[in-house]
Amino acid sequence: MQQIDIIGSRGARPLERAIQIFMVICSVIAIVITIGIVFSLAFEAYRFFQLVSLQEFLFGLQWSPQTAIRSDQVGAEGSFGAVPLITGTLLISAIAMATATPLGLASAIYLAEYASPAVRNIVKPLLEILAGIPTVVYGFFAALTVAPIIRWTGTEVGLEVASESALAAGLVMGIMIVPLISSLSDDVINAVPQSLRDASLGLGATKSETIRKVVLPAAIPGVAGSLLLATSRAIGETMIVVMAAGMAANLTANPLQAVTTITVQIVALLTGDQEFESAKTLSAFALGLLLFIVTLVLNIIAQFIVKRFSEQYD
Amino acid sequence: MNVVSHEDKSATEPQSKEEPIITARNVDVFYADKQALNGITLDIPANKVTSLIGPSGCGKTTFLRCINRMNDLIDICKVTGEIKIGGQDIYDEKVDVVSLRAQIGMVFQKPNPFPKSIFENVAYGPRIHRLVKTKGELNDVVERSLSKAGLLEEVKDRLDEPGTGLSGGQQQRLCIARAIAVEPKVILMDEPCSALDPIATAKIEELIDELRENYTIVIVTHSMQQAARVSQQTAFFHMGNLVEAGVTEQIFTTPQDPRTESYITGRIG
Repeated sequence: MQQIDIIGSRGARPLERAIQIFMVICSVIAIVITIGIVFSLAFEAYRFFQLVSLQEFLFGLQWSPQTAIRSDQVGAEGSFGAVPLITGTLLISAIAMATATPLGLASAIYLAEYASPAVRNIVKPLLEILAGIPTVVYGFFAALTVAPIIRWTGTEVGLEVASESALAAGLVMGIMIVPLISSLSDDVINAVPQSLRDASLGLGATKSETIRKVVLPAAIPGVAGSLLLATSRAIGETMIVVMAAGMAANLTANPLQAVTTITVQIVALLTGDQEFESAKTLSAFALGLLLFIVTLVLNIIAQFIVKRFSEQYD
Repeated sequence: MNVVSHEDKSATEPQSKEEPIITARNVDVFYADKQALNGITLDIPANKVTSLIGPSGCGKTTFLRCINRMNDLIDICKVTGEIKIGGQDIYDEKVDVVSLRAQIGMVFQKPNPFPKSIFENVAYGPRIHRLVKTKGELNDVVERSLSKAGLLEEVKDRLDEPGTGLSGGQQQRLCIARAIAVEPKVILMDEPCSALDPIATAKIEELIDELRENYTIVIVTHSMQQAARVSQQTAFFHMGNLVEAGVTEQIFTTPQDPRTESYITGRIG
Protein backbone atom coordinates (compact mmCIF):
# COMPACT_ATOMS: atom_id res chain seq x y z
CA MET A 1 0.00 0.00 0.00
CA GLN A 2 1.14 3.52 -0.75
CA GLN A 3 2.45 5.46 2.24
CA ILE A 4 0.81 8.81 2.84
CA ASP A 5 2.66 11.10 5.22
CA ILE A 6 0.16 12.96 7.35
CA ILE A 7 2.24 13.21 10.52
CA GLY A 8 3.39 16.83 10.69
CA SER A 9 7.13 17.29 10.43
CA ARG A 10 6.98 20.61 12.23
CA GLY A 11 5.37 19.25 15.37
CA ALA A 12 2.91 21.48 17.21
CA ARG A 13 3.69 24.58 15.06
CA PRO A 14 4.93 26.90 17.87
CA LEU A 15 4.57 30.06 15.77
CA GLU A 16 0.84 29.45 15.28
CA ARG A 17 0.43 29.06 19.03
CA ALA A 18 2.49 32.14 19.80
CA ILE A 19 0.43 34.27 17.41
CA GLN A 20 -2.77 32.99 18.96
CA ILE A 21 -1.59 33.76 22.48
CA PHE A 22 -0.50 37.24 21.41
CA MET A 23 -3.97 37.94 19.98
CA VAL A 24 -5.66 36.71 23.14
CA ILE A 25 -3.45 38.93 25.31
CA CYS A 26 -4.24 42.00 23.19
CA SER A 27 -7.98 41.52 23.42
CA VAL A 28 -7.78 40.79 27.14
CA ILE A 29 -5.86 44.06 27.69
CA ALA A 30 -8.55 46.04 25.89
CA ILE A 31 -11.31 44.43 27.93
CA VAL A 32 -9.44 44.82 31.25
CA ILE A 33 -8.81 48.52 30.58
CA THR A 34 -12.48 49.08 29.78
CA ILE A 35 -13.50 47.36 32.99
CA GLY A 36 -10.89 49.40 34.87
CA ILE A 37 -12.30 52.66 33.53
CA VAL A 38 -15.82 51.70 34.52
CA PHE A 39 -14.65 50.74 38.01
CA SER A 40 -12.67 53.93 38.61
CA LEU A 41 -15.68 55.96 37.46
CA ALA A 42 -18.00 53.96 39.67
CA PHE A 43 -15.66 54.18 42.67
CA GLU A 44 -15.20 57.96 42.53
CA ALA A 45 -18.90 58.41 41.83
CA TYR A 46 -19.67 56.31 44.90
CA ARG A 47 -17.55 58.63 47.01
CA PHE A 48 -19.49 61.57 45.56
CA PHE A 49 -22.81 60.00 46.44
CA GLN A 50 -21.67 59.70 50.05
CA LEU A 51 -21.51 63.50 50.12
CA VAL A 52 -24.53 64.27 47.93
CA SER A 53 -27.63 62.12 47.72
CA LEU A 54 -28.54 60.37 44.47
CA GLN A 55 -31.96 62.05 44.51
CA GLU A 56 -30.47 65.50 44.70
CA PHE A 57 -28.06 64.71 41.89
CA LEU A 58 -30.67 63.25 39.54
CA PHE A 59 -33.62 65.50 40.30
CA GLY A 60 -32.10 68.71 41.65
CA LEU A 61 -32.82 71.74 39.49
CA GLN A 62 -29.86 73.81 40.61
CA TRP A 63 -26.28 73.30 39.46
CA SER A 64 -23.66 75.47 41.15
CA PRO A 65 -20.80 73.32 42.35
CA GLN A 66 -18.96 76.10 44.24
CA THR A 67 -17.38 74.88 47.41
CA ALA A 68 -16.14 77.31 49.90
CA ILE A 69 -12.51 77.81 50.60
CA ARG A 70 -13.40 78.96 54.10
CA SER A 71 -16.36 77.34 55.79
CA ASP A 72 -17.93 80.69 56.75
CA GLN A 73 -18.41 81.75 53.11
CA VAL A 74 -21.86 82.32 51.67
CA GLY A 75 -23.29 79.40 49.73
CA ALA A 76 -20.62 77.14 51.07
CA GLU A 77 -22.59 74.02 50.37
CA GLY A 78 -22.84 74.20 46.58
CA SER A 79 -25.72 72.45 44.84
CA PHE A 80 -25.41 69.45 42.60
CA GLY A 81 -28.69 69.06 40.73
CA ALA A 82 -27.80 67.64 37.33
CA VAL A 83 -31.15 68.35 35.63
CA PRO A 84 -30.03 71.63 33.96
CA LEU A 85 -27.00 69.81 32.57
CA ILE A 86 -29.08 66.90 31.30
CA THR A 87 -31.61 69.19 29.64
CA GLY A 88 -28.80 71.31 28.19
CA THR A 89 -27.14 68.21 26.76
CA LEU A 90 -30.43 66.98 25.34
CA LEU A 91 -31.29 70.39 23.87
CA ILE A 92 -27.99 70.72 22.06
CA SER A 93 -28.03 67.09 20.91
CA ALA A 94 -31.59 67.51 19.65
CA ILE A 95 -30.62 70.60 17.64
CA ALA A 96 -27.58 68.74 16.30
CA MET A 97 -29.64 65.72 15.26
CA ALA A 98 -32.35 67.92 13.74
CA THR A 99 -29.62 69.49 11.61
CA ALA A 100 -27.64 66.37 10.82
CA THR A 101 -30.42 63.86 10.12
CA PRO A 102 -31.94 65.53 7.02
CA LEU A 103 -28.56 66.64 5.68
CA GLY A 104 -26.87 63.32 6.34
CA LEU A 105 -29.71 61.15 5.04
CA ALA A 106 -30.28 63.25 1.94
CA SER A 107 -26.60 63.20 1.05
CA ALA A 108 -26.45 59.44 1.68
CA ILE A 109 -29.44 58.88 -0.61
CA TYR A 110 -27.96 61.16 -3.23
CA LEU A 111 -24.59 59.41 -3.08
CA ALA A 112 -26.03 55.91 -3.11
CA GLU A 113 -28.84 56.33 -5.62
CA TYR A 114 -28.38 59.39 -7.82
CA ALA A 115 -24.74 60.38 -8.02
CA SER A 116 -22.74 59.21 -11.02
CA PRO A 117 -19.54 57.35 -10.14
CA ALA A 118 -17.51 60.45 -11.07
CA VAL A 119 -19.46 62.72 -8.69
CA ARG A 120 -19.43 60.07 -5.99
CA ASN A 121 -15.66 59.80 -6.21
CA ILE A 122 -15.35 63.52 -5.52
CA VAL A 123 -18.12 64.03 -2.97
CA LYS A 124 -17.42 61.05 -0.74
CA PRO A 125 -13.81 62.01 0.06
CA LEU A 126 -14.94 65.60 0.61
CA LEU A 127 -17.48 64.45 3.19
CA GLU A 128 -14.77 62.39 4.82
CA ILE A 129 -12.59 65.48 5.08
CA LEU A 130 -15.45 67.06 7.02
CA ALA A 131 -15.18 64.09 9.41
CA GLY A 132 -11.44 64.68 9.77
CA ILE A 133 -11.66 68.30 10.94
CA PRO A 134 -10.62 68.48 14.61
CA THR A 135 -13.59 69.31 16.81
CA VAL A 136 -11.71 72.25 18.32
CA VAL A 137 -11.78 73.87 14.87
CA TYR A 138 -15.53 73.33 14.73
CA GLY A 139 -15.51 75.01 18.13
CA PHE A 140 -13.86 78.16 16.71
CA PHE A 141 -16.29 78.13 13.85
CA ALA A 142 -19.26 77.89 16.22
CA ALA A 143 -18.02 80.54 18.65
CA LEU A 144 -16.54 83.06 16.22
CA THR A 145 -18.72 82.71 13.12
CA VAL A 146 -22.03 80.96 13.71
CA ALA A 147 -22.85 82.38 17.15
CA PRO A 148 -22.33 86.05 16.09
CA ILE A 149 -24.42 85.47 12.94
CA ILE A 150 -27.25 83.99 14.98
CA ARG A 151 -26.99 86.77 17.53
CA TRP A 152 -27.00 89.45 14.83
CA THR A 153 -29.92 87.86 12.98
CA GLY A 154 -31.83 87.43 16.21
CA THR A 155 -31.28 91.04 17.22
CA GLU A 156 -32.40 92.24 13.78
CA VAL A 157 -35.75 90.50 14.19
CA GLY A 158 -36.04 91.66 17.77
CA LEU A 159 -35.14 88.48 19.65
CA GLU A 160 -32.89 88.37 22.62
CA VAL A 161 -29.99 86.05 21.84
CA ALA A 162 -27.21 85.14 24.22
CA SER A 163 -23.74 85.43 22.72
CA GLU A 164 -23.20 81.79 23.52
CA SER A 165 -26.35 80.03 22.40
CA ALA A 166 -27.42 76.41 22.34
CA LEU A 167 -28.47 76.95 18.74
CA ALA A 168 -24.97 77.85 17.55
CA ALA A 169 -23.37 74.89 19.30
CA GLY A 170 -26.11 72.52 18.12
CA LEU A 171 -25.98 73.63 14.50
CA VAL A 172 -22.22 73.27 14.26
CA MET A 173 -22.30 69.96 16.06
CA GLY A 174 -24.92 68.85 13.52
CA ILE A 175 -22.56 69.74 10.67
CA MET A 176 -19.86 67.75 12.40
CA ILE A 177 -22.10 64.66 12.59
CA VAL A 178 -23.30 64.82 8.95
CA PRO A 179 -20.43 62.71 7.57
CA LEU A 180 -20.97 60.10 10.28
CA ILE A 181 -24.62 59.67 9.31
CA SER A 182 -24.10 59.97 5.56
CA SER A 183 -21.21 57.55 5.43
CA LEU A 184 -22.91 54.85 7.53
CA SER A 185 -26.28 55.29 5.82
CA ASP A 186 -24.65 55.26 2.39
CA ASP A 187 -23.14 51.86 3.20
CA VAL A 188 -26.47 50.58 4.44
CA ILE A 189 -28.37 51.85 1.38
CA ASN A 190 -25.77 50.34 -0.93
CA ALA A 191 -26.23 47.02 0.84
CA VAL A 192 -29.91 46.86 -0.18
CA PRO A 193 -29.90 44.27 -2.98
CA GLN A 194 -30.16 45.63 -6.52
CA SER A 195 -32.79 42.95 -7.19
CA LEU A 196 -35.27 44.84 -4.99
CA ARG A 197 -34.74 48.05 -6.97
CA ASP A 198 -35.13 46.11 -10.22
CA ALA A 199 -38.37 44.58 -8.96
CA SER A 200 -39.81 47.98 -8.11
CA LEU A 201 -38.62 49.71 -11.29
CA GLY A 202 -39.83 46.73 -13.32
CA LEU A 203 -43.32 47.30 -11.92
CA GLY A 204 -43.22 50.83 -13.27
CA ALA A 205 -42.31 52.65 -10.07
CA THR A 206 -40.34 55.87 -10.46
CA LYS A 207 -36.91 56.23 -8.96
CA SER A 208 -38.11 58.26 -5.99
CA GLU A 209 -41.01 55.85 -5.36
CA THR A 210 -38.52 53.00 -5.37
CA ILE A 211 -36.28 54.80 -2.91
CA ARG A 212 -39.10 55.86 -0.59
CA LYS A 213 -41.09 52.63 -0.63
CA VAL A 214 -38.54 49.90 -1.11
CA VAL A 215 -34.95 50.97 -0.55
CA LEU A 216 -35.37 53.10 2.59
CA PRO A 217 -37.74 50.71 4.39
CA ALA A 218 -35.26 47.91 3.73
CA ALA A 219 -32.42 50.09 4.99
CA ILE A 220 -34.23 51.37 8.11
CA PRO A 221 -32.48 49.17 10.69
CA GLY A 222 -29.06 50.32 9.56
CA VAL A 223 -30.14 53.92 9.22
CA ALA A 224 -31.67 53.90 12.71
CA GLY A 225 -28.46 52.40 14.01
CA SER A 226 -26.39 55.14 12.41
CA LEU A 227 -28.71 57.84 13.81
CA LEU A 228 -28.41 56.46 17.34
CA LEU A 229 -24.66 56.19 16.99
CA ALA A 230 -24.62 59.82 15.87
CA THR A 231 -26.76 60.73 18.89
CA SER A 232 -24.33 59.19 21.31
CA ARG A 233 -21.54 61.03 19.52
CA ALA A 234 -23.47 64.30 19.96
CA ILE A 235 -24.12 63.67 23.63
CA GLY A 236 -20.47 62.90 24.30
CA GLU A 237 -19.08 65.76 22.18
CA THR A 238 -17.07 68.22 24.26
CA MET A 239 -14.93 70.75 22.42
CA ILE A 240 -17.68 72.45 20.40
CA VAL A 241 -19.89 72.96 23.42
CA VAL A 242 -17.03 74.10 25.61
CA MET A 243 -16.26 76.85 23.13
CA ALA A 244 -19.74 77.76 21.90
CA ALA A 245 -22.42 76.78 24.40
CA GLY A 246 -21.19 78.44 27.57
CA MET A 247 -20.92 77.54 31.24
CA ALA A 248 -24.18 78.85 32.60
CA ALA A 249 -26.33 76.00 33.87
CA ASN A 250 -29.67 77.43 32.76
CA LEU A 251 -32.72 75.23 32.92
CA THR A 252 -34.35 76.24 29.65
CA ALA A 253 -35.71 74.87 26.41
CA ASN A 254 -34.98 78.10 24.57
CA PRO A 255 -32.25 77.42 21.99
CA LEU A 256 -31.30 81.12 21.93
CA GLN A 257 -30.08 81.07 25.51
CA ALA A 258 -26.80 79.81 26.83
CA VAL A 259 -26.94 76.31 28.27
CA THR A 260 -24.26 73.97 29.44
CA THR A 261 -23.76 70.27 29.03
CA ILE A 262 -22.49 67.38 31.08
CA THR A 263 -19.22 67.26 29.18
CA VAL A 264 -18.59 71.00 29.54
CA GLN A 265 -19.06 70.77 33.30
CA ILE A 266 -16.72 67.82 33.59
CA VAL A 267 -14.05 69.89 31.83
CA ALA A 268 -14.76 72.89 34.03
CA LEU A 269 -14.67 70.84 37.22
CA LEU A 270 -11.39 69.12 36.51
CA THR A 271 -9.31 71.92 35.00
CA GLY A 272 -7.07 73.94 37.25
CA ASP A 273 -6.00 73.15 40.79
CA GLN A 274 -8.62 71.16 42.55
CA GLU A 275 -9.01 69.76 45.98
CA PHE A 276 -9.51 66.08 45.31
CA GLU A 277 -11.68 65.28 48.28
CA SER A 278 -14.31 67.92 47.66
CA ALA A 279 -17.79 67.19 46.38
CA LYS A 280 -17.10 69.63 43.55
CA THR A 281 -14.31 67.53 42.08
CA LEU A 282 -15.98 64.22 42.77
CA SER A 283 -19.16 65.36 41.05
CA ALA A 284 -17.27 65.19 37.74
CA PHE A 285 -17.05 61.43 38.14
CA ALA A 286 -20.74 61.17 38.88
CA LEU A 287 -21.42 63.17 35.70
CA GLY A 288 -19.03 60.91 33.78
CA LEU A 289 -20.85 57.85 35.03
CA LEU A 290 -24.19 59.37 34.05
CA LEU A 291 -22.88 60.11 30.54
CA PHE A 292 -21.48 56.62 30.25
CA ILE A 293 -24.80 55.03 31.24
CA VAL A 294 -26.80 57.21 28.84
CA THR A 295 -24.60 56.40 25.82
CA LEU A 296 -24.46 52.73 26.80
CA VAL A 297 -28.25 52.55 26.93
CA LEU A 298 -28.49 54.33 23.56
CA ASN A 299 -26.08 51.86 21.99
CA ILE A 300 -28.01 48.92 23.44
CA ILE A 301 -31.27 50.34 22.05
CA ALA A 302 -29.57 50.82 18.67
CA GLN A 303 -28.46 47.22 18.60
CA PHE A 304 -31.90 46.03 19.68
CA ILE A 305 -33.60 47.99 16.88
CA VAL A 306 -31.16 46.77 14.28
CA LYS A 307 -31.65 43.19 15.37
CA ARG A 308 -35.42 43.31 15.51
CA PHE A 309 -35.85 44.91 12.11
CA SER A 310 -33.24 42.72 10.47
CA GLU A 311 -35.19 39.62 11.45
CA GLN A 312 -38.31 41.06 9.95
CA TYR A 313 -36.59 42.04 6.72
CA ASP A 314 -34.48 38.96 6.21
CA MET B 1 -42.82 34.82 -35.01
CA ASN B 2 -40.34 35.00 -37.76
CA VAL B 3 -37.04 36.47 -38.66
CA VAL B 4 -37.68 38.83 -41.53
CA SER B 5 -35.11 37.12 -43.71
CA HIS B 6 -36.98 33.86 -43.21
CA GLU B 7 -40.34 35.30 -43.98
CA ASP B 8 -40.76 33.29 -47.15
CA LYS B 9 -40.39 30.09 -45.17
CA SER B 10 -42.69 30.98 -42.37
CA ALA B 11 -45.34 32.48 -44.61
CA THR B 12 -47.10 29.15 -44.61
CA GLU B 13 -47.24 29.01 -40.82
CA PRO B 14 -50.53 29.94 -39.21
CA GLN B 15 -49.10 32.35 -36.62
CA SER B 16 -47.65 34.63 -39.28
CA LYS B 17 -51.17 35.75 -40.07
CA GLU B 18 -51.50 37.10 -36.56
CA GLU B 19 -50.60 40.64 -35.76
CA PRO B 20 -47.46 40.46 -33.60
CA ILE B 21 -47.69 42.49 -30.39
CA ILE B 22 -43.96 43.17 -30.20
CA THR B 23 -41.82 43.84 -33.24
CA ALA B 24 -38.07 44.36 -33.04
CA ARG B 25 -36.17 45.67 -36.04
CA ASN B 26 -32.37 45.82 -36.28
CA VAL B 27 -31.84 46.13 -32.56
CA ASP B 28 -28.20 46.67 -31.63
CA VAL B 29 -27.06 46.88 -28.04
CA PHE B 30 -23.67 48.11 -26.89
CA TYR B 31 -22.13 47.94 -23.44
CA ALA B 32 -19.60 50.77 -23.76
CA ASP B 33 -17.65 49.69 -26.86
CA LYS B 34 -18.63 46.06 -26.74
CA GLN B 35 -21.53 45.07 -28.97
CA ALA B 36 -23.84 42.64 -27.19
CA LEU B 37 -26.59 42.31 -29.81
CA ASN B 38 -26.24 42.56 -33.59
CA GLY B 39 -29.26 43.69 -35.54
CA ILE B 40 -31.95 41.59 -33.89
CA THR B 41 -35.18 41.46 -35.89
CA LEU B 42 -37.92 39.46 -34.29
CA ASP B 43 -41.72 39.39 -34.06
CA ILE B 44 -43.42 38.23 -30.89
CA PRO B 45 -47.05 37.12 -31.25
CA ALA B 46 -49.74 38.02 -28.73
CA ASN B 47 -51.08 35.51 -26.22
CA LYS B 48 -48.35 33.03 -26.87
CA VAL B 49 -45.27 32.00 -24.96
CA THR B 50 -42.06 32.88 -26.76
CA SER B 51 -38.87 31.41 -25.39
CA LEU B 52 -35.44 32.86 -25.95
CA ILE B 53 -32.75 30.19 -25.77
CA GLY B 54 -29.02 30.10 -26.32
CA PRO B 55 -25.72 29.64 -24.52
CA SER B 56 -24.67 31.92 -21.63
CA GLY B 57 -23.67 35.39 -22.76
CA CYS B 58 -25.50 35.07 -26.08
CA GLY B 59 -27.58 38.20 -25.46
CA LYS B 60 -30.98 36.70 -24.72
CA THR B 61 -31.37 38.44 -21.36
CA THR B 62 -30.06 41.67 -22.88
CA PHE B 63 -32.76 41.46 -25.54
CA LEU B 64 -35.43 40.73 -22.91
CA ARG B 65 -34.37 43.79 -20.93
CA CYS B 66 -34.65 45.95 -24.05
CA ILE B 67 -38.36 45.21 -24.21
CA ASN B 68 -39.15 47.04 -20.94
CA ARG B 69 -36.15 49.33 -21.18
CA MET B 70 -34.55 47.96 -18.04
CA ASN B 71 -31.27 48.43 -19.90
CA ASP B 72 -31.77 52.17 -19.39
CA LEU B 73 -30.64 51.59 -15.81
CA ILE B 74 -27.17 50.61 -16.98
CA ASP B 75 -25.29 53.81 -17.77
CA ILE B 76 -22.92 52.34 -20.33
CA CYS B 77 -25.67 50.51 -22.22
CA LYS B 78 -26.81 51.92 -25.56
CA VAL B 79 -29.69 50.57 -27.63
CA THR B 80 -30.27 51.38 -31.30
CA GLY B 81 -32.86 50.10 -33.76
CA GLU B 82 -36.58 49.96 -33.22
CA ILE B 83 -38.81 48.05 -30.87
CA LYS B 84 -42.55 48.55 -31.19
CA ILE B 85 -45.19 47.33 -28.82
CA GLY B 86 -48.72 47.46 -30.16
CA GLY B 87 -47.37 49.63 -32.99
CA GLN B 88 -45.70 52.19 -30.69
CA ASP B 89 -41.97 52.75 -30.72
CA ILE B 90 -40.88 52.31 -27.09
CA TYR B 91 -37.62 54.16 -27.63
CA ASP B 92 -39.45 57.28 -28.86
CA GLU B 93 -38.59 60.29 -26.70
CA LYS B 94 -42.25 60.86 -25.90
CA VAL B 95 -42.52 57.46 -24.25
CA ASP B 96 -42.77 57.50 -20.47
CA VAL B 97 -40.60 54.63 -19.26
CA VAL B 98 -42.65 54.38 -16.09
CA SER B 99 -45.92 53.75 -17.95
CA LEU B 100 -44.15 51.41 -20.35
CA ARG B 101 -42.91 49.28 -17.48
CA ALA B 102 -46.39 49.26 -15.99
CA GLN B 103 -47.60 47.66 -19.23
CA ILE B 104 -44.81 45.10 -19.30
CA GLY B 105 -44.35 43.04 -16.18
CA MET B 106 -41.07 41.38 -15.36
CA VAL B 107 -40.18 38.29 -13.35
CA PHE B 108 -36.53 37.90 -12.46
CA GLN B 109 -34.10 35.05 -12.25
CA LYS B 110 -33.96 35.00 -8.48
CA PRO B 111 -37.25 35.48 -6.64
CA ASN B 112 -37.07 39.04 -5.28
CA PRO B 113 -40.10 39.72 -3.09
CA PHE B 114 -39.98 43.00 -1.19
CA PRO B 115 -39.24 42.69 2.52
CA LYS B 116 -42.90 43.42 3.18
CA SER B 117 -45.97 41.29 3.85
CA ILE B 118 -47.41 39.04 1.14
CA PHE B 119 -50.34 41.43 0.80
CA GLU B 120 -48.11 44.51 0.51
CA ASN B 121 -45.97 42.82 -2.13
CA VAL B 122 -48.95 42.34 -4.43
CA ALA B 123 -50.53 45.68 -3.51
CA TYR B 124 -47.33 47.58 -4.35
CA GLY B 125 -47.99 48.03 -8.09
CA PRO B 126 -51.69 48.92 -7.89
CA ARG B 127 -50.85 51.43 -5.13
CA ILE B 128 -48.11 53.29 -6.98
CA HIS B 129 -50.17 53.42 -10.17
CA ARG B 130 -53.32 54.35 -8.24
CA LEU B 131 -55.28 51.62 -10.00
CA VAL B 132 -57.66 51.24 -7.07
CA LYS B 133 -59.68 53.72 -5.12
CA THR B 134 -60.82 51.84 -2.05
CA LYS B 135 -59.37 49.33 0.36
CA GLY B 136 -62.01 46.84 -0.83
CA GLU B 137 -60.92 47.14 -4.46
CA LEU B 138 -57.31 46.68 -3.40
CA ASN B 139 -58.24 43.53 -1.51
CA ASP B 140 -59.97 42.24 -4.62
CA VAL B 141 -56.97 42.95 -6.86
CA VAL B 142 -54.58 41.26 -4.43
CA GLU B 143 -56.82 38.22 -4.06
CA ARG B 144 -57.40 37.93 -7.82
CA SER B 145 -53.71 38.26 -8.63
CA LEU B 146 -52.69 35.69 -6.02
CA SER B 147 -55.36 33.37 -7.33
CA LYS B 148 -54.18 33.77 -10.95
CA ALA B 149 -50.65 33.05 -9.79
CA GLY B 150 -51.92 29.87 -8.14
CA LEU B 151 -50.76 31.00 -4.71
CA LEU B 152 -53.98 32.09 -3.01
CA GLU B 153 -54.86 28.70 -1.50
CA GLU B 154 -51.43 28.41 0.11
CA VAL B 155 -51.24 31.89 1.61
CA LYS B 156 -54.78 33.16 2.16
CA ASP B 157 -54.56 32.72 5.93
CA ARG B 158 -51.24 34.53 6.26
CA LEU B 159 -51.32 37.53 3.97
CA ASP B 160 -49.77 39.61 6.76
CA GLU B 161 -46.69 37.46 7.01
CA PRO B 162 -43.51 38.55 5.21
CA GLY B 163 -43.24 37.47 1.59
CA THR B 164 -39.62 36.60 2.23
CA GLY B 165 -40.72 33.80 4.56
CA LEU B 166 -42.23 31.75 1.71
CA SER B 167 -40.40 28.94 -0.06
CA GLY B 168 -38.46 29.75 -3.23
CA GLY B 169 -41.19 28.51 -5.55
CA GLN B 170 -43.89 30.35 -3.62
CA GLN B 171 -41.77 33.51 -3.67
CA GLN B 172 -41.46 33.29 -7.43
CA ARG B 173 -45.25 32.85 -7.78
CA LEU B 174 -45.64 35.83 -5.44
CA CYS B 175 -43.45 37.82 -7.83
CA ILE B 176 -45.66 36.70 -10.71
CA ALA B 177 -48.76 37.75 -8.74
CA ARG B 178 -47.09 41.10 -8.05
CA ALA B 179 -46.49 41.56 -11.79
CA ILE B 180 -50.03 40.51 -12.71
CA ALA B 181 -51.57 42.94 -10.21
CA VAL B 182 -50.61 45.87 -12.44
CA GLU B 183 -52.48 44.22 -15.33
CA PRO B 184 -49.68 44.29 -17.87
CA LYS B 185 -50.09 43.20 -21.50
CA VAL B 186 -46.78 41.41 -21.62
CA ILE B 187 -44.85 39.49 -18.97
CA LEU B 188 -41.11 39.09 -19.36
CA MET B 189 -39.51 36.23 -17.47
CA ASP B 190 -35.75 36.00 -17.07
CA GLU B 191 -34.96 32.37 -16.25
CA PRO B 192 -37.74 32.29 -13.67
CA CYS B 193 -37.06 28.70 -12.60
CA SER B 194 -33.29 28.65 -12.45
CA ALA B 195 -33.28 28.96 -8.66
CA LEU B 196 -36.10 26.47 -8.09
CA ASP B 197 -36.40 22.74 -7.47
CA PRO B 198 -38.16 20.51 -10.05
CA ILE B 199 -41.54 20.49 -8.31
CA ALA B 200 -41.64 24.27 -7.95
CA THR B 201 -40.48 24.52 -11.57
CA ALA B 202 -43.33 22.29 -12.74
CA LYS B 203 -45.83 24.53 -10.91
CA ILE B 204 -44.44 27.67 -12.53
CA GLU B 205 -44.48 26.05 -15.96
CA GLU B 206 -48.10 25.03 -15.46
CA LEU B 207 -48.85 28.60 -14.43
CA ILE B 208 -47.12 30.04 -17.50
CA ASP B 209 -49.33 27.86 -19.67
CA GLU B 210 -52.45 29.20 -17.97
CA LEU B 211 -51.29 32.80 -18.11
CA ARG B 212 -50.82 32.90 -21.86
CA GLU B 213 -54.58 33.03 -22.23
CA ASN B 214 -54.50 36.62 -20.99
CA TYR B 215 -50.90 37.71 -21.43
CA THR B 216 -48.11 37.59 -23.93
CA ILE B 217 -45.15 35.91 -22.32
CA VAL B 218 -41.49 36.13 -23.27
CA ILE B 219 -39.29 33.78 -21.31
CA VAL B 220 -35.53 33.42 -21.24
CA THR B 221 -34.51 29.91 -20.32
CA HIS B 222 -31.39 27.81 -20.13
CA SER B 223 -33.37 24.62 -20.17
CA MET B 224 -34.29 23.43 -23.64
CA GLN B 225 -36.76 21.00 -22.14
CA GLN B 226 -38.48 23.94 -20.53
CA ALA B 227 -38.55 25.87 -23.79
CA ALA B 228 -40.04 22.81 -25.48
CA ARG B 229 -42.62 22.34 -22.71
CA VAL B 230 -43.92 25.86 -22.22
CA SER B 231 -43.43 27.82 -25.41
CA GLN B 232 -45.13 27.93 -28.75
CA GLN B 233 -42.42 30.08 -30.34
CA THR B 234 -38.68 29.80 -29.86
CA ALA B 235 -35.84 32.11 -30.79
CA PHE B 236 -32.25 30.88 -30.67
CA PHE B 237 -29.54 33.42 -29.90
CA HIS B 238 -25.84 32.84 -30.38
CA MET B 239 -23.03 35.34 -29.76
CA GLY B 240 -25.27 38.35 -30.02
CA ASN B 241 -27.02 37.17 -33.15
CA LEU B 242 -30.53 35.85 -33.59
CA VAL B 243 -29.75 32.62 -35.40
CA GLU B 244 -33.19 31.23 -35.90
CA ALA B 245 -36.73 31.78 -34.75
CA GLY B 246 -39.96 29.95 -35.38
CA VAL B 247 -42.49 27.48 -34.09
CA THR B 248 -40.99 25.69 -31.10
CA GLU B 249 -41.67 22.23 -32.43
CA GLN B 250 -39.99 23.07 -35.70
CA ILE B 251 -36.90 24.56 -34.04
CA PHE B 252 -36.46 21.45 -31.98
CA THR B 253 -37.18 18.88 -34.67
CA THR B 254 -36.03 20.44 -37.92
CA PRO B 255 -33.72 23.37 -37.20
CA GLN B 256 -32.62 25.26 -40.31
CA ASP B 257 -29.27 26.47 -39.05
CA PRO B 258 -26.44 24.09 -38.14
CA ARG B 259 -25.67 26.19 -35.03
CA THR B 260 -29.19 25.65 -33.73
CA GLU B 261 -28.86 21.96 -34.27
CA SER B 262 -25.52 21.86 -32.50
CA TYR B 263 -26.98 23.72 -29.53
CA ILE B 264 -30.12 21.66 -29.11
CA THR B 265 -28.19 18.44 -29.47
CA GLY B 266 -25.76 19.68 -26.81
CA ARG B 267 -22.65 20.25 -28.88
CA ILE B 268 -22.33 24.00 -28.21
CA GLY B 269 -23.33 25.97 -25.16
